[in-house]
Amino acid sequence: MTAASDIPVLPRGVRLHPDRVRGLTVLLAPERVLTIDATGAAILSRVDGRRSIGEIAADLARAYAAPAEVIAPDVIDFLQDLAEKRMVDLRHG
Amino acid sequence: MADPPLALLAELTHRCPLACPYCSNPTELVAKGAELDTATWARLFREAADLGVLQLHLSGGEPAARHDLADLVRAAREAGLYTNLITSGIGLTGARLAALEAAGLDHVQLSVQGVTAEVSDRIGGYRGGFERKMQVAAEIARLGLPLTLNAVMHRDNLDDLPATIDLAERLGARRIEVACVQFQGWALVNRARLQPTPAQVERAKAVVRAAQERLRGRLVIDFVPPDYHSDYPKPCMNGWGSTGLNIAPDGTVLPCHAAQTIPGLSFENATVTPLARIWHEGAAFNAFRGTGWMPEPCRSCARREIDFGGCRCQAMAILGDARAPDPVCRKTQGRAALDALLAAEAGHEGAFVYRRA
Repeated sequence: MTAASDIPVLPRGVRLHPDRVRGLTVLLAPERVLTIDATGAAILSRVDGRRSIGEIAADLARAYAAPAEVIAPDVIDFLQDLAEKRMVDLRHG
Repeated sequence: MADPPLALLAELTHRCPLACPYCSNPTELVAKGAELDTATWARLFREAADLGVLQLHLSGGEPAARHDLADLVRAAREAGLYTNLITSGIGLTGARLAALEAAGLDHVQLSVQGVTAEVSDRIGGYRGGFERKMQVAAEIARLGLPLTLNAVMHRDNLDDLPATIDLAERLGARRIEVACVQFQGWALVNRARLQPTPAQVERAKAVVRAAQERLRGRLVIDFVPPDYHSDYPKPCMNGWGSTGLNIAPDGTVLPCHAAQTIPGLSFENATVTPLARIWHEGAAFNAFRGTGWMPEPCRSCARREIDFGGCRCQAMAILGDARAPDPVCRKTQGRAALDALLAAEAGHEGAFVYRRA
């Protein structure tokens, strides 16, 4: 189960990439290319291996002037989905 | 204009120390003297990135047979490509892997022919191969390079699937590709000998389903089923000329690795013609692009954008007509020919025809 205290990190072999030909941001992983929308990019740009999911949600809440309790479940869902694909590792904080 | 491709498979060489009877290389192999040099590959990687390619698969033959492999990885990363090495492991050492890592290699896909030396070395036709592969896997883990285990499965090893998935876990792989042999190249020559039984296929599907559930979030399991036993064809290449392209060792640009088995198609060479022009305007790439080429029942089928009419090379191999629907499809007349082949070849007990130069 993914918790707000978990610390997400992009594992080796997974990286955000500016797709200059299509004008998109993509997440590149083994045999996978995922298009990342603006919300996803805002989350992943804050994944640094130090901040917890809760801290990332709080930072997004400040940046977008939205309630953290509304944002946090979306952040958890997004990162949990990537974790199941092994495109994000979650360290239990 | 066609969408740009996402992936390039660069067949750096057809040379390989193994002799697997299912090799997807063509039965007419390109000789060493005709291989592209380092600078030409580097230029093609840049052309590919400019065209829109995001992922590069360095393949072969055995890419480690190229002494300039680290230089090629560096050139690929400088071009901005996600760089994946598809290897048997033979020819790689700890020092070479470290050099590849330093050059920026993103990911390694290591093939296994079996879970024991007896099976693995017999299928690969290379004594000591299994032990070397296990050493290479340990080096990959020591460096922390992300690893996919590519397990090529067929009648002789499909029953070892649970042990194969265990091996992937034990080696620290993040992903395993359970790739049942697709019958092109040398595999087509050995089809009767490699074809799994229907009972094996049913067991394998159940094993994969259970393992995917059990290992969720730990090991990604991608399953390529043996398509002769499926009801609908595979979405070959995700649609001809839609997502990926191959460059053969001599620079010939192909819509898929078996495309040269289709008579009447002419292929251009990337040393002569810009890659972007070949992708967008090349006659071979446009031959089966989209849905306009499709005959019935594909043309009006609800699945036409799901499986894209299946595999053109398979229609060629079985029906002698690359424009026909893939005979795997149970909605087509061609299926009877496929079923007849399955019946005629069931239980075949011959010797392997090993790949050779």
